[in-house]
Amino acid sequence: MTTTLYTSDHEWLAIDGDVATVGITDYAQSQLGDVVFVELPKLGRALKKTEAAAVVESVKAASDIYAPVTGEVTEINDALAAEPALVNSDAQGKAWFFKIKIADKSELGGLMDDAAYKAHTA
Amino acid sequence: MLARDDRDSLKSTPLHGLHFSLGGKMVPFAGYDMPVQYPAGVLKEHLHTRSSAGLFDVSHMGQIALRPKSGKVEDAARALERLVPQDIVAIAPGRQRYAQFTNAEGGILDDLMVANFGDHLFLVVNAACKAEDEAHLRAKLSDDCIIDSLADRALIALQGPKAESALAKLCAEAPAMKFMDAGPHKVAGIDCFVSRSGYTGEDGFEISVPAGEAERLAKTLLDNPDVLPIGLGARDSLRLEGGLCLYGHDIDTTTTPVEAGLEWSVQKSRRTGGARAGGFPGAEKILAHFDHGAARRRVGLRTEGRAPVREGALLFADATSSEPIGKVTSGGFGPSLNAPVAMGYVPTASSAIDTKLFAEVRGQRLAVQIATMPFVKNTYKR
Repeated sequence: MTTTLYTSDHEWLAIDGDVATVGITDYAQSQLGDVVFVELPKLGRALKKTEAAAVVESVKAASDIYAPVTGEVTEINDALAAEPALVNSDAQGKAWFFKIKIADKSELGGLMDDAAYKAHTA
Repeated sequence: MLARDDRDSLKSTPLHGLHFSLGGKMVPFAGYDMPVQYPAGVLKEHLHTRSSAGLFDVSHMGQIALRPKSGKVEDAARALERLVPQDIVAIAPGRQRYAQFTNAEGGILDDLMVANFGDHLFLVVNAACKAEDEAHLRAKLSDDCIIDSLADRALIALQGPKAESALAKLCAEAPAMKFMDAGPHKVAGIDCFVSRSGYTGEDGFEISVPAGEAERLAKTLLDNPDVLPIGLGARDSLRLEGGLCLYGHDIDTTTTPVEAGLEWSVQKSRRTGGARAGGFPGAEKILAHFDHGAARRRVGLRTEGRAPVREGALLFADATSSEPIGKVTSGGFGPSLNAPVAMGYVPTASSAIDTKLFAEVRGQRLAVQIATMPFVKNTYKR
């Protein structure tokens, strides 16, 4: 059973036990426009919450993706690096960025659920 | 996000309402509320312009008529030559030329188009500079010319391989025009000024139209299924692939036309030994750059990887040196090349095509190579 939570920076986290799969929301991709390049964190990298973890670039601009929680990167989505346009076509599915092993689950307390995120972007 | 007060202080073009009805995503640009893209998105808009035709609202740009007090256009041309290093006298009636206003240090105050309309000159200048340009013209040329700001006109660019056929339906003379021809023409029955030019590297036209008729003309052009509206995002990626300078980024008050690689735009008559050599602001420095070379030069850059190298990225001679040798002034992703493209300034000694350099992006040194511009071959109808 996974739970999906959201940050105010428009990232989603699908939580399964102590591992979170992280991506950007459909709202975020619609704001960015056509994505042409994605830079993912190195496997095994220790990330601190709010640290720049990945980069997503549209034709026009580069945007940082921040670590939503502290933890270690356990998996990265190589398919996304090869096909950045997945961010536009399937932001909350195939276009996940990385998986992170959550160091401190209390950090999840500050995140939004689906209803709160919908209100945030309304 | 802009607060409402900020948005309200922005100026709008005569096509503002049309942008909203077309679903344009509006952003502030040079004091105007302008569409950065439409629902198709930057990538599709860019590719559509290269394969078919794109319509751009460039009404934010300044349109100025220089009317000679003597009634002779060559007097306006001679007067304007005091402010630009171009041969304006030699522009034949019905022709247009690219020019730059220079400052006393040889830098560029703005770049512009100058057309000879027979009894006066017609200028198109950048939106962000137009107030200063007009003040400059009034201060320096008022003895010889009436400086007439044509603020009641819109400017529509129609660019791409199908621009000619799209415009031909509304203006029978359009196909006979050649690159940089410019003059008054009726388009859809409206009195317009049409030039065969643009800012994409593609064949195309710029149409100056009275503000009150602009929306009708734009809608008529957009009724053609070959023509899509194109926002500022794709305008920037198209001009970048075309190797064309963006004022305030690739050229500014600190770059001379020679450093900027714009030697082709300065005719021999204004250079050392020419019939009207010098006599423009900064002539000493600019002619010295022509005669003895400049220390740095604008170049095109291609990357080895997929990561775009953007404006502000520092350039290094190798992967480890601590002193940068240059800087990127424009950069992004080129949709037609499906690869990153950039331009920037490097020492002339390191400016040869194929020279390998490194650009620093997010703390990493990425391999880049100096490349020929334009990145995408232009298709002007000469």
